[in-house]
Amino acid sequence: MEEGNTIAKRAGSRLCCLCNERKPALKRPKTLEQICRDCFYNVFEEEIHQVIVGNHLFKAGERVAIGASGGKDSTVLAYVMSELNRRHNYGLDLFLLSVDEGITGYRDDSLETVKRNEVQYGLPLKIVSYKDLYGWTMDEIVKVIGLKNNCTFCGVFRRQALDRGAAYLKVDKLVTGHNADDIAETVLLNILRGDVARLSRCTSITTGEDGPIPRCKPFKYTYEKEIVMYAYFKKLDYFSTECIYSPNAYRGFAREFIKDLERMR
Amino acid sequence: MACNSGNCQSNCHQNEQVAENDSIPTPTTGSNDGGHQQQQGVCLKCKVSPPISSGSGGGGTGDEARFCADCFRANLFGKFRLAVTSHAMITPSDNVLVAFSGGVASRVALQFVHEMQQRAQKNYEASKDRSLPVFGVGVAFVDESSVCSISKDGVEEAIQEMKSTVSKLAPPVKQFHVVSSASLYSSGSSDEKDRLKKLIGAVDDVTGKDDLLMHLRMWALQKVASENGYTKLVLGLCTSRIACHVIAATVKGQGYSLSADIQYVDARWEVPVVLPLRDCTTQELSILCRIDGFVIRPFPFSSHLPCQPMGKKDKRETLSHLKEENPSRESTIVRTAGKLTPFHFNRVPEINDSNVPLATIRRQKRYNLKPQESISSESFCPICNSPVIDSNSPSWGSPKTCQFTEFASSCCSSCQFQILPQDQLSMKEFCSLLPERLVARSKPKYNGNLDMLREQIQDCLLSDSDGET
Repeated sequence: MEEGNTIAKRAGSRLCCLCNERKPALKRPKTLEQICRDCFYNVFEEEIHQVIVGNHLFKAGERVAIGASGGKDSTVLAYVMSELNRRHNYGLDLFLLSVDEGITGYRDDSLETVKRNEVQYGLPLKIVSYKDLYGWTMDEIVKVIGLKNNCTFCGVFRRQALDRGAAYLKVDKLVTGHNADDIAETVLLNILRGDVARLSRCTSITTGEDGPIPRCKPFKYTYEKEIVMYAYFKKLDYFSTECIYSPNAYRGFAREFIKDLERMR
Repeated sequence: MACNSGNCQSNCHQNEQVAENDSIPTPTTGSNDGGHQQQQGVCLKCKVSPPISSGSGGGGTGDEARFCADCFRANLFGKFRLAVTSHAMITPSDNVLVAFSGGVASRVALQFVHEMQQRAQKNYEASKDRSLPVFGVGVAFVDESSVCSISKDGVEEAIQEMKSTVSKLAPPVKQFHVVSSASLYSSGSSDEKDRLKKLIGAVDDVTGKDDLLMHLRMWALQKVASENGYTKLVLGLCTSRIACHVIAATVKGQGYSLSADIQYVDARWEVPVVLPLRDCTTQELSILCRIDGFVIRPFPFSSHLPCQPMGKKDKRETLSHLKEENPSRESTIVRTAGKLTPFHFNRVPEINDSNVPLATIRRQKRYNLKPQESISSESFCPICNSPVIDSNSPSWGSPKTCQFTEFASSCCSSCQFQILPQDQLSMKEFCSLLPERLVARSKPKYNGNLDMLREQIQDCLLSDSDGET
């Protein structure tokens, strides 16, 4: 690839691999193709459309809630879902559903982003909070149990909170912004922890079909880096800080391992 | 089978070790908080002798602080013997070849196999009718010095040391074989070493190089085993190595074939491969080598390769980092991967020999897998012998396009991605560098018939690529 860039600099005439018209603006992380911005938007959106259609994720007329945290994945998800819904006539009623865990300095800021998204994308927003549902905020929970295993509590509470919020909105389905990197980390995590039950479920694109609200992950095959690239070029408004408790999470270990492997290749 | 439950009330050896692991309240390095169960300065098991670590200035952790040398040894040998007997790995009529690298695991494997053979010999001599023969044992070392930059003297010295180790493990006497990966080539000339070097050099990917060497090592062991009449091949693969392999296979996407590699028995090879140390960790084996004073000189495969296989090293470092946090992590990983459905060849082939005692046959039948609990697979990758999904059938296209393309398509996707070159020209050269016996494995059996069939229908074919997909 460095050789490619040198050749491009020398020749000065290298064009986008896909359209052969415009100058390339980026190297696509998934395929390492050098493509222009517009082609990147097209392939990114088209691949997600193919995943949605190929896996029969939605039916026309369904009410779908988008799990929105204000982070890059959910912002891009909200943007792309509304765009594809309009472009390909999915016929979906889209909503934003956000969870307030009560983490000061993190969640209170990201919720502001989601409120802006509500205005920017024109999607109705519902916020459910741990305090209202359970009488506890994550800060209070961490004070009691400490910094190990708090993510497990948060995860379990969040899933139920999303179910409750989805029931309130009377939606048929929930979509979340879990991307390929997340799923790779989850697979490794479950092997390391010996969680065989989760291991057999974690790669399904749709889960909880036998539960109250089925959830699906349209970004299952999308690289995190490409999501960031998309958000960057489209100048989407998102909140880019990580949860303040995440440095202690065991998932961080799996994440580091995968990043090291990618660096080696 | 070894019991993994902390609640088991039986007196099996596993129970105490697992219970000890579970009783440690916080997973911090070096602390032995489970010590409230341990009487001060005596072995947990026999309650008589001092623990292993007490002699070395105290402050030992884990098993060294809990067990005395004899009990520790007995525990480890117990795990080995349980694996061997419950999977019928070694029967009296067998001729067993132990793969020996000079490292910790293979040294312990060799020692335990020898001790088992010694006991069988004593029983044989003591018995009146001498009905149970004693199984034979040989030792093999794979010399990869032609692809490593080690001095010839260094290699010679290492081999002499191994010979001396093996000769001390007698009676019964064991034959020591030194085989080179280069011997896989049919010609006996000196260019086989050059061909091997060129072959390894032709692989761009660092992990691919390492993997290819590993596969060739196995083929070399199979060659020496079948040429010398051995019926089983014992590898010293332990829990720690298998855990590394599980993580490596996961990140490489080798999910389909993973379960084939991690079982106690692997009978897809001509000489079935057995792993009697599958339940022992590297740490336990190292402790045993230390207390028994074994000389360990692992043949420096990876450290002397022209390119450091970063992948393997990184996985080992990752796992050792994990171990600090939770001592039983390797067992967890292997246990998780053990939930994958094994293949039909992951059991010792049924014994039909009338010379084998009935008890052995009955025991084998009891522990062998029932057919519905396993996956059947007909096709295997010619390079790594991994089972491949049968959709990779030989292409029925024009014979002009390439036996090399057919070879490539018969390989598993991991070998295709990591080892085989991507373009046609390099592929042709690569195939010419591979040992003939590997290339021959991929030749579709229908080739002759296919040409004949094609001749008959040639006038109806519209293009070179036909409709069969």
